[in-house]
Amino acid sequence: MVKATIVQAVNMALDLELGRDRNVVVMGEDVGVNGGVFRATDGLQKKHGKERVIDTPLSEEAIIGTAVGMAVNGMRPVAEIQFSGFVYSGFDQLFSHAARIRNRSRGRFSVPLVVRTPAGAGIRALELHCEQGEAFFAHAVGLKMVIPSTPYDAKGLLLAAIRDPDPVIFYEPMRLYRAIKEDIPEDDYTVPIGKARIAQQGDDLTVISWGALSKFTLDAIQNNKVNAEVIDLRSIYPWDSEAVLNSVKKTGRAVIVHEAPRTSGFGAEIAATIAERAMLELEAPVVRVTGYDTAVPFARTEMEYVPSEKRIMDGVNKVLKF
Amino acid sequence: MVRKVIEKFEVEYLQVMDEQGNVDNSLMPKISDEQVKWMYETMVLSRTFDDKAFNLQRQGRIGTYIQFKGQEGSQIGAMAALEDKDWLFPMYRSGAALIARKTPLHQLLLYSGGDERGLLCSKDINNFPIAIPVGTQNLHAAGCAMASRFKGEKTVSLVFMGDGATSKMDFLTGMNFAGVFKAPCIFVCENNQFAISVSRKIQTAAETIAQKSIAFGFKGMQVDGNDVFAMYKAVSEAVENARNGNGPALIEAYTYRMCDHSTSDDASKYRDPKEMEEWKAKDPIDRLEKYMRNKGLLDDSYRAKVAEDAKNKVEAAVEEYEKTPAPNPEDMFTYMFAEMPLQLKEQLEEYRRLK
Ligand SMILES: Cc1ncc(C[n+]2csc(CCOP(=O)(O)OP(=O)(O)O)c2C)c(N)n1
Repeated sequence: MVKATIVQAVNMALDLELGRDRNVVVMGEDVGVNGGVFRATDGLQKKHGKERVIDTPLSEEAIIGTAVGMAVNGMRPVAEIQFSGFVYSGFDQLFSHAARIRNRSRGRFSVPLVVRTPAGAGIRALELHCEQGEAFFAHAVGLKMVIPSTPYDAKGLLLAAIRDPDPVIFYEPMRLYRAIKEDIPEDDYTVPIGKARIAQQGDDLTVISWGALSKFTLDAIQNNKVNAEVIDLRSIYPWDSEAVLNSVKKTGRAVIVHEAPRTSGFGAEIAATIAERAMLELEAPVVRVTGYDTAVPFARTEMEYVPSEKRIMDGVNKVLKF
Repeated sequence: MVRKVIEKFEVEYLQVMDEQGNVDNSLMPKISDEQVKWMYETMVLSRTFDDKAFNLQRQGRIGTYIQFKGQEGSQIGAMAALEDKDWLFPMYRSGAALIARKTPLHQLLLYSGGDERGLLCSKDINNFPIAIPVGTQNLHAAGCAMASRFKGEKTVSLVFMGDGATSKMDFLTGMNFAGVFKAPCIFVCENNQFAISVSRKIQTAAETIAQKSIAFGFKGMQVDGNDVFAMYKAVSEAVENARNGNGPALIEAYTYRMCDHSTSDDASKYRDPKEMEEWKAKDPIDRLEKYMRNKGLLDDSYRAKVAEDAKNKVEAAVEEYEKTPAPNPEDMFTYMFAEMPLQLKEQLEEYRRLK
């Protein structure tokens, strides 16, 4: 066991996999000599060489598009997009190609690609450095989408993502990069994609969240001594509807907390699924606590956008008191 | 203070065989009679197929079809320079290239007939599936070539795109990455003068497309795309250079689309018919035929036999296509992921229940 933050856990996973599999390469802007703007790839180029930890020219579209070509030709690229707000110029390559090449070629070619990118507000960053848009990727059929919120899950999910035969978008919660330190195994382990984590057992309601907000949601629940089952979804596609439905059937109440804007956010998918499959077990309407349908405001206002403890508790109380 | 020229560039143009089929021996690539015959036979087969597919579309026997008439020379000349282990990144108009790269003809019909199995590719050859979004394939080719280089393999990647695609950033960033990483990637732009109705002059203020590679640090060349020998020579040289670790090349094949953009288009709305007449005189197949006749490689009986063989192959392909049973609709679920995720499994069950 070793104490690690999420950034360190990411670094450990990349280091381990670069050492284990010759076909794995890390690529992106500033990932080499500089070790990444968040230091997630610190020391990796020195250890594994310039052709395995590759400083690329500055083009998100080309980083993702060439990584697709590399993956088709037998490599396992782990591409870093410096901030998730910049992934969209590469979205065409993800949506139109990475996600479809297995299907288009009837299985002859596949794209074992990981796109890592820091996401979320709360670090007083510049415009478009604080977006969280998991629903775009969940809606892009053929992609997998995960967001760990603990160092343990960050390492285990990243290893699972790199070994996955299909493309995986790996969001890293920027606000938690260094906020938590926990003991994680130095050895190899994976956390399966598609499985949620029960962060706290409870009986009175189910609170579902992911990314940085899964920590702050748990904090809110614990600060207010609510007997809630708290689920960290971890995987957005595929998602663990079983864990969510089992919990909701037990508690009869559900609140979904996410940072992305509400309309067509992933919370809508979860709420619809609960309505379809657990309607009769519900004792209250499902409530969403989310970011607004606005641009993430600049630093002085951004925490007004991100669901706060007050807003989370408002949702919890609405559902409990219904 | 100083003001001076610090860089100067030149763009070469290559034509080996003129419109009468005369070749410049000092430029003629080393090529066996067998290879010349293969080129001719493949070009005739491609043209025969293309004409037939157009008719099949008009008869409602296949869906949208994209003709390549007039571009057989550039595609087949380029393909003659590749080995099977090399990678081809085709676009929707690369039918002649795919035929040259051993794609069974009935598969091309399946594709246009609305059947994904038309994109199946044998494991013995590296033909990537056809790119429908304009230009996007440039990045796949660049990345694939980067991987060849990182793995120390001697394979090259060759990608086709049209003149319209050169306005897109995937073309430009693809060349940029290939240049920086010295990737063995050959970019072949078939400049057929139009992107649907938009003329080449509206795509770029640059005099040639070939010169665009200069900004990315490697050579570009304009080639008579209706001269199969010039294409073969230019691509062969680029391939050899790339295999030897010297990085990418851009080749602008100067050609003409002797057909509508697609079976849904009517080019008479935007093209002067006189232009078509001028280009007919430069037809890549006629030109090769004249050369071969002069060289004694072609006589009337050989010509008739090649035409007959092509017709038979195409007829057999149509038959094969039309007797191919419908695909299994469940395949729409099968190939999304290596292992079907929960959500898809549930939807597949729903499909089975309600089909
Ligand atoms: C990204 C994208 N935009 C638009 C289209 C629609 N479209 C299909 S072909 C075409 C023209 C492309 O021209 P060019 O690149 O010169 O190739 P050509 O068709 O002439 O071979 C257009 C606009 C498309 N398929 N993809």
